[in-house]
Amino acid sequence: MGKTNFFVLICLGVLVLLFPLVISDSYNLTIGVFAGVNALLALGLCVLMGFAGQASLGQAGFYGIGAYISAILSIKYGLPVALSMVIAAIVSGISAIMIAVPALRLRGHYLAVATLGFGEIVYVLLNELGPGGPSGFGDIPHLNLFGYIFKSSLSNFYLVWCFVLLVIIFSFNLVNSRIGRAMKAIHDSEVASNAMGLDVAALKIKVFILSAIYASFAGSFYAHFVTFLSPSTFSLFQSILILMMVILGGASNLWGAILGAIIITILPEALRKFEELDVLVYGIILTLSLLFMRKGIVPLIIDKLKVEKKHA
Amino acid sequence: MKSKKHGFLKFLAVITVLFCFAAKGYSKEPYKIGAIFSVTGPASFLGEPEKNTALMLMDQINKAGGINGHPLEIIVEDSKSAEADAVLAAKKLLEKDNVLAIVGPSTTGESMALVPVMNNAKTPLVSCAAGYPITNPVNERYWIFKTPQYDVSAVEAIYTHMKKHGITKVGIVTIATGFGDAGRKALLDTAPKFGITIVADERYGAKDSDMTTQLTKIKAAGAQAVINWSVGPGQVVITKNWHDLKLGIPLYQSHGWGSKKNIELAGKAAEGVIAPLGRLVVWDKLPDKHPQKALLKKYESDYKARYKGEPGTFGGHAYDAVMMVVEALKKVGPDKAKIRDYIEKNIKKWPGTGGIFNMSEKDHCGLDMTAFEMVTVKNGDWEILK
Amino acid sequence: MLTVLMQFLFSGITVGAVYALVGLGFNIIYNATSIINLAQGEFVVLGGLLMWFFTESVKLPFFLSVILTLLSAGLIGLLMERLTIRPLRGAELLVMIMITVAVSIVLRGLIMFKFGKDPYGYEPFTSGEPLMIFGAVIQQQVLWVLGITLSLIFLVYLFFNKTMLGKAMSACAVNPLAAKLVGINVSKMIMISFVLSAILGAVGGIAITPISLMEYDKGPALAVKGFCAAIMGGLGQGMGAVVGGFIIGILESLTAGYIHSGFKDAVALVIMLAILVFKPSGIFGSKSVMQVRKF
Repeated sequence: MGKTNFFVLICLGVLVLLFPLVISDSYNLTIGVFAGVNALLALGLCVLMGFAGQASLGQAGFYGIGAYISAILSIKYGLPVALSMVIAAIVSGISAIMIAVPALRLRGHYLAVATLGFGEIVYVLLNELGPGGPSGFGDIPHLNLFGYIFKSSLSNFYLVWCFVLLVIIFSFNLVNSRIGRAMKAIHDSEVASNAMGLDVAALKIKVFILSAIYASFAGSFYAHFVTFLSPSTFSLFQSILILMMVILGGASNLWGAILGAIIITILPEALRKFEELDVLVYGIILTLSLLFMRKGIVPLIIDKLKVEKKHA
Repeated sequence: MKSKKHGFLKFLAVITVLFCFAAKGYSKEPYKIGAIFSVTGPASFLGEPEKNTALMLMDQINKAGGINGHPLEIIVEDSKSAEADAVLAAKKLLEKDNVLAIVGPSTTGESMALVPVMNNAKTPLVSCAAGYPITNPVNERYWIFKTPQYDVSAVEAIYTHMKKHGITKVGIVTIATGFGDAGRKALLDTAPKFGITIVADERYGAKDSDMTTQLTKIKAAGAQAVINWSVGPGQVVITKNWHDLKLGIPLYQSHGWGSKKNIELAGKAAEGVIAPLGRLVVWDKLPDKHPQKALLKKYESDYKARYKGEPGTFGGHAYDAVMMVVEALKKVGPDKAKIRDYIEKNIKKWPGTGGIFNMSEKDHCGLDMTAFEMVTVKNGDWEILK
Repeated sequence: MLTVLMQFLFSGITVGAVYALVGLGFNIIYNATSIINLAQGEFVVLGGLLMWFFTESVKLPFFLSVILTLLSAGLIGLLMERLTIRPLRGAELLVMIMITVAVSIVLRGLIMFKFGKDPYGYEPFTSGEPLMIFGAVIQQQVLWVLGITLSLIFLVYLFFNKTMLGKAMSACAVNPLAAKLVGINVSKMIMISFVLSAILGAVGGIAITPISLMEYDKGPALAVKGFCAAIMGGLGQGMGAVVGGFIIGILESLTAGYIHSGFKDAVALVIMLAILVFKPSGIFGSKSVMQVRKF
């Protein structure tokens, strides 16, 4: 994992542990939960984009599948929530395969377009066929692990962020493993990778499935925390937001994804005072960040630190 | 000399104490009410007039001396028409601002999301959304009330009118949003009670530009009348399409039709369209003795003077919600449980903008079909049908 | 039965015309820059709302309003290119696409600020009763939409194939380096592509508003569908998007008419996915062309 990354991981872990002790009101903790959910979504996309060089404009589709399937299974069929979450992840994974196999034959942004189509179709299906249609449905049970019910913002905060930390560890191991290095190679040159005997297509599909699973769990955590779902949460705009998180923070860097997720989560809260103009301010901030911080915040900071180190 | 000095000091002390008492009288603790509206997002046509109404009422009440001398503070939050944001806003209002009650939200979905939150916080919620499940089953909605009429009531008003005119076969076309969905369900569920058959059940999207296809299908299925259930420009497009196609069967709209803007945009196509509307849009056509007339007139003219637009029936839902809570505060003071009890037990024969309310243990909405007038468009203006 | 079918068809080509214009706009920008401009839909909205502004608010005569609207739209397209696209030249393609998304959000916010969330409309270009064609009721404005769209498409075709400027732009699309070497000012071409696309979108907005009204947030849905049209026709095959747009419009209408109106919106997406799976280069594209493109 590397010394620096391990160090940052420990810092993050400490922050997660201490955060609720400092900020203990339910409202801010709820924001913390949403930040964690967004972090999972961003991590999924980051792994796909940063390490396999594939774009996706349809992460909200997997997010929605994870949320709806898990919720429906636990309500309609009375399955334990943990089991529902896992089944939802499997369904997401299978959907990922179904898109990836035909779509990964396409180059670069044709894939992005295919994922956009997928995300939109999921949205239409949720709207038409989901329980309650556009109005959504509620009464979704909380996660119940060994008798402990994850009802409060505090418990959900720890739940989601512990999961995020585990996912980070897993992702780093992936990056540094043979598979990860293979993914990097693909990113740099598909032709060369193919020539060297890497099964490019298979690897891409695997990474795609992984990003779908991350997003699916994000959806499930969301569903069993808010206990109410409606299709509007899983629109194209959400997919765009996830993409923004990754690009803002730095697409090639897992920490960037987390930072981007936190920023995008907090931004609307900070912009509440602008009321209706908040969307405009949002757009302007994003435009300016893209114009002046193209690589993303974390790489920018890393570059600055490197320069300083040189001069030191 | 000493005594004089002491005397002066004593005088100062008395003056200071008196001043403190007097100051306390002018700066009593504010009564805080939370308000969650869909100011932005797809339901902003609901949230904007609702927010405007709440703020207007707050100013008017404070100018008149507040509630028993206590200033009224209505803290408005924007839910962006999203449930998660509504939940977040509610938590903020309950925990950070310690509000005594919450008014809103604007949509059924958001209101449903808040039910467990409000029940847990044992704080009254007076929703401005129409869905039946918001206040039913009533024994699970102890703290939840709502001011808009049920969608079902609007449907009943339409079907009653149709029955009177011998219409038995109906085609419905609804918008694929929460509002349209709720209406569609009410239309389908209530039809058998009135002996009405739904021969066609069509849908369209919020941003669609042409519904001639759906209307053509409805006519082809043998419908004797068409019911459109939507708010927003879809209503106008349907009206224009209906007119152009010369369908020859009457067009009924939902209670979302009640805005002069719709008549304006639809032009002469709107002639003859029928809808059950809240009395706010036709107050000038009511007899003077009608219990709602005076307050409707004042509300509309106050709103127009301040915001230069119509409040519409949706703004009225916020009016009713705020005024109910304010009245409760006046009578029982800042106690959440007492406010809840007051609303449930004392809001009877209560004239509001939506109708004349009769809340009870069994009914946390208080309105039925009689809250509507059946209205048609004649010569570009509303006309109450007899 | 024929009457009903005709009604569905006309409904479909009306909305298809707008998709065609949006798709054409996508292609023009893509040709010059390889960028997918997801703010394309906002130009349609601008067209409709600005036209309302000039005719109903400022009360200018019809033709003057049209010219002012198109000029304004073109100017906004120009500003977008200069302020947000040009500075990012050389950035990753995905960043470029993201900036168009950010711009669409900003445009939408500004539009909402100025016009609010209400729908706006104005009188059709000619007044009078709808016509009966093969038993279907057709508003006169529908014929205007079709007529204007087809004329415009023809003009665009002439531009790209018969004028020096147009041919120069096509050259940039095929090989920017070679184009530069023969003295073509590539960055000027890029600027023109944005202006042209903005104007095309605005024309669509001007024509369709009397039928379906216009509001601040109609942009994204149009952008997605127009984009599907461009993919269908083959990204970069100018006229292909036009065919794609009409096909999508008609199929949407037929789906709503004969199957189920709820799934209408999915039609464009499903078609696009099918094309991507079976013939990614689109109906008119060719495999070799697809490989050459940076996309």
